[in-house]
This record gives sequence, C-alpha cells and structure tokens, in this order.
Amino acid sequence: MLALSVHQLSKTYANGLQALNAVDLQVEAGDFFALLGPNGAGKSTLIGIVTSLVRKSGGRVEVFGHDLDREPEAVRANIGVVPQEFNFNLFLPAIEVVLNQAGYFGVPRKEARGRAEMLLRKLDLWDRRETEMRRLSGGMKRRLMIARALVHRPRLVILDEPTAGVDIEIRRTMWGFMREINAEGTTIILTTHYLEEAESLCRNIAIIDHGRIQSRTDIATLLSELDTETFVLNLKGRVCQLPSLGGFVLEHIDESTLEVQISREHTINGLFEALSRNGIEVLSLRNKQNRLEKLFLDRVEAGRGATP
Amino acid sequence: MNINAANKGPLIDANRWRRYQITFTTLFSKEVTRFSRIWIQTILPSAITTTLYFVIFGRLIGDRIGPMEGLAYIDFIVPGLVLMAVITNAYSNVVSSFYSSKFSRYIEELLVSPAPNWVILAGYVAGGVARGLAVGSVVLIVAAFFTRFSIHNLGVTFLILLLTAILFSLGGFINAIYANSFDDISIVPTFVLAPLTYLGGVFYSIELLPQPWQTLSLANPILYMINAFRYGLLGVSDIPLGLAFLIIAIFIAALGYYSLSLLRRGIGIKQ
Ligand SMILES: Nc1ncnc2c1ncn2[C@@H]1O[C@H](COP(=O)(O)OP(=O)(O)O)[C@@H](O)[C@H]1O
Ligand SMILES: [Mg+2]
Repeated sequence: MLALSVHQLSKTYANGLQALNAVDLQVEAGDFFALLGPNGAGKSTLIGIVTSLVRKSGGRVEVFGHDLDREPEAVRANIGVVPQEFNFNLFLPAIEVVLNQAGYFGVPRKEARGRAEMLLRKLDLWDRRETEMRRLSGGMKRRLMIARALVHRPRLVILDEPTAGVDIEIRRTMWGFMREINAEGTTIILTTHYLEEAESLCRNIAIIDHGRIQSRTDIATLLSELDTETFVLNLKGRVCQLPSLGGFVLEHIDESTLEVQISREHTINGLFEALSRNGIEVLSLRNKQNRLEKLFLDRVEAGRGATP
Repeated sequence: MNINAANKGPLIDANRWRRYQITFTTLFSKEVTRFSRIWIQTILPSAITTTLYFVIFGRLIGDRIGPMEGLAYIDFIVPGLVLMAVITNAYSNVVSSFYSSKFSRYIEELLVSPAPNWVILAGYVAGGVARGLAVGSVVLIVAAFFTRFSIHNLGVTFLILLLTAILFSLGGFINAIYANSFDDISIVPTFVLAPLTYLGGVFYSIELLPQPWQTLSLANPILYMINAFRYGLLGVSDIPLGLAFLIIAIFIAALGYYSLSLLRRGIGIKQ
C-alpha cells in the first residue's frame, strides 16, 4: 500500500518560477521517509501541494489511494502536517490551538479533549496548556505543532524541517517521539537540514534539487556508496613526523590532531593497528564531515552536471 | 499505550454531516469567543456612539427638528442606528478575523483540514452575524432608555436584522480575501459602508430630499434595509417591504456565490 504517490507533479508560481518539474515520488505505508535537498529545492512546495496549501500546476497526488482532486476530504483527513514556519494564532492558549484543529477536522469534542491531553502530556506541554502561544519557547511551539498535527490521528505525518532551531536535547526527545509513532504504524515523511537526522531516523530517502528528484533510494544503499570517509583524530602526545601508512592518507591539522582518509576497502581497526605500530596513541576520533552530507553534495553535483 | 494508532484510521466522525457540524460549531464558537474576549473593542464602541447620537440628535436638537413621518425624531432614528451598528459590526468581525488568520497564516489550519469551503464560509458568517446581533441588541437596549418604542412586527424586525448581518458578513469575507494589509480592511468600511449608511436614510426620510437625490437614493441597497427595518420596528417605510426583501436576498445570493468561487480558486489564500 502506498501512503503517498505523486505523479508528474509540477508547480509554477505566479511570478513564473518553476518550483517543481514533473516530480514522481512514491512512499510506502509505514515508511520513515526523508526528503532532502538544499534551500529552494522545492521541498516545501511539494509538501504544500500534498497538504492542500499550494495549488498544483499539473500532475497527480494520491494519499492512501485517494486522489487529491476527486476526494480532497479523504486526502486531508489522512494527513497531519507540521509546517516549516509557525502558523498559529499567537494569542490563543496552547490547548485551544490543538482543540480548534481537532474541531476543524471533525473530531468529536470528547475524543478531542482526551487526545489533546494525551499528546500534550506526551510532548511535555501539559503544564503549559493555558499559556498563550506567543509566550512559549521555540521548542515548545514546535512540539505544539506536532501535537496539533496528530490530534486527528492521521495515517501520514509530514514534517517540514521539524527540528530547525530546536536545541539538541529537545531534538532527541522529538526523534524518540517520531520513532515511537512510526513503530506504531504511522507513515512519516520529513524534510530536514540536519542530515544526521535523516541518517538516524529514516529508512528511505529522496534527494530533490531544482524541483526534480535526483535520486530515490534507501539510506543503507546510499551510505554504502561512499568511497572514502574522513576522520579527525586527537592524539595523546605530539607527533612531528607523520609515518606513511599504506591505504590511509594522513594529514596534520596541528601537532596533536590528525586528519585521516580511509578508503572503502580498509577498516578502522586496520588504521589503529598501523598507528600503534608507529607508536601513535589516539585519544578520540570523530567524523570530519557528516557522511550523508558528503553524499548529498556529491549527488547534487552529479545531478547538476546531468541537467544543465 | 499507543500515541497514534494510525492503522485505525483518522479519529474523525464517520458521519459526514456530523463532521461538518463539528467544524461549523468549532469555527462559530471560536469567533464568538474572540469578539467576547475583546468586547471593549468590539461591543462597547457602538454602544457609546449610539448613546451619543440619542443624546445629541434625540434629546438636544431632536425637538427642533420636529416629527418625521409622523414620529418623534428620536423614535425615527432608532432603526437606522441599530442597523448601522449591525452592518458595521458584522462586516468588521469577519473582515478582521479572517484577515488576521491570513496574515498570521493560521488559515492554514483550516486549509489542511477536510472542511469544505461552504462550511468555512458559514462558520465565519455565523460569527459575524452573532456579533452584529449582539451589538444590535445592545443598541436597542440603549434606545429603550431614550425612547418608548414597541416592536411593530417582530418577525420582520428579526428577519431583516438577520439577513442584513448575513449580507455584510459576506461583504467582510470578500474584503478579507482581497486584503493584503491591515489598511485594506478599513477602506471599505470608511469609504463605502459609512457613507452609504448615512445616505441610506438613518437620519431622514428620503421624501425630504430634492430630486435627483431622492431617485438616486433608491440605488443604495442600504436604504432598503433601513426602511424595511423601520417598518418592522415602527410600522413606517419609504419602500415596499417585498422589494426590500427581494433586494437583500439577491445581494446575499450574489455575494455568497462569489465568496465560494473565491475560496474554490484559492484567491488570496493559496499560492
Ligand atoms: N510563494 C512563492 N512565490 C514564488 N516563488 C516561491 C514561492 N514559494 C517558494 N518559491 C520559490 O520556489 C522554490 C522552492 O521553494 P521551497 O519549496 O520553499 O523550497 P525548500 O522548501 O526546498 O527550501 C524557491 O526558489 C522559492 O524561492
Ligand atoms: Mg522549505
């Protein structure tokens, strides 16, 4: 069963800008799906069309088999969306924002109250339910938008950069929350700029740029396509003379910090053995560049080469 | 416990009409809560202005004006003042509420929901009607302190109030759709509604006007509403009652149809 099926979707804005160009995309029910792309790629436009906020110029959208043009109410009933920008009445108490949204969807009042309470408790907002939206912190506003998106129990949840501007601790809580509802069977599509977010959460991924899908694959395959990885090593003591190690390219950053490139046929174990043989002790290591980020740049570059 | 047992499907009422009713009630009570919370901006001003009108035109200079269509002047102006309050308040309620929801983008909460356009329109119009009638009643109560009117025909009185409130709520809705700034929502009330209301015979019978003004006044739709309402309250009118109802009905149908077509095309609310 497909949660989302987009066929030849195009969008040209009133000013003539073509934001989407014949996009085809399919997302299976139950998937945790990432839509990645640089700023201006067309992610929010695609989400806007699927959620009835933006009018399409051409193409077809189906959500759980319902066609957006023929059964718009069924499509909307099945989707919960967390938009990129805050869009609520700043003067309303938090709980009313959630209850109003439930009402617009046609959730009976009693069920809406119960569900709003459960969601606000789960998202750590229950104590702030009577607080006006404008008095909530950025992270609370984000979480409230998640509660609002879920209040009618949607089968597909779409989040447009949900953790932008949210501090790391709250981001991790939000990740846990999203994993939980995905494990329960909710299909999730998210766009993000924190690429490690996609890597740690998502199973499948599409890369979009200039209004076109550049690639559509699963995260594991994508990562395995990496040729080299670069690590930064903090050393115990100083090393002035770099040994030459077969298969590893070493570079000084300063006397006690090294950068090393490992190609795909070599392992980190091999690197450590080689370093030990040369009397170099490592205190800590980290990825120099997020792997997905590197891939992503490679892909986009390749895509740009192919379509001038 | 499950947070989002998605496989059970959306938690919305299975009956489509009950679902629409929930949406409508939510919108309506949101609107009523909104204008009640800010009653100092929404209810009080009309009460104060009309009190001043009654004091100045009724008490202070009314006696010098003499009777109008056989009525004491202060009695004659009651219907026009009530209807003026209804018109202004119905219109401004919808125009400012809907425009704010566009401006702060929480209109999106409605656009992503399965609510059909006509339910959205009905919810906003009902909010405007509620405020129009609330303020209209306050003005009538104020009037009761200054005059000794009895309602001539309750049915006509109420129907005209209701239809006028619906008509101008629709007007406010269309204004809000086209508005791109807070300035745009005060242009029509100031430059169109206020003049038409004053020239619609709030303070005089058009029989007093010389030609061509008397005939020109007949092109002003608000004249028909004020006169029909005056008939309902006082039993006198410059205009045949049936014609007044016909004109109001035509305007409601036209503006209602136009509002729905704007919503369907997403004008002003969807890119
Ligand atoms: N309302 C609009 N009018 C005109 N152009 C727009 C509008 N919204 C977005 N765009 C343009 O469409 C392109 C895609 O934007 P968007 O979908 O927001 O990208 P993303 O979410 O991937 O950053 C960008 O070039 C953006 O400037
Ligand atoms: Mg975006």
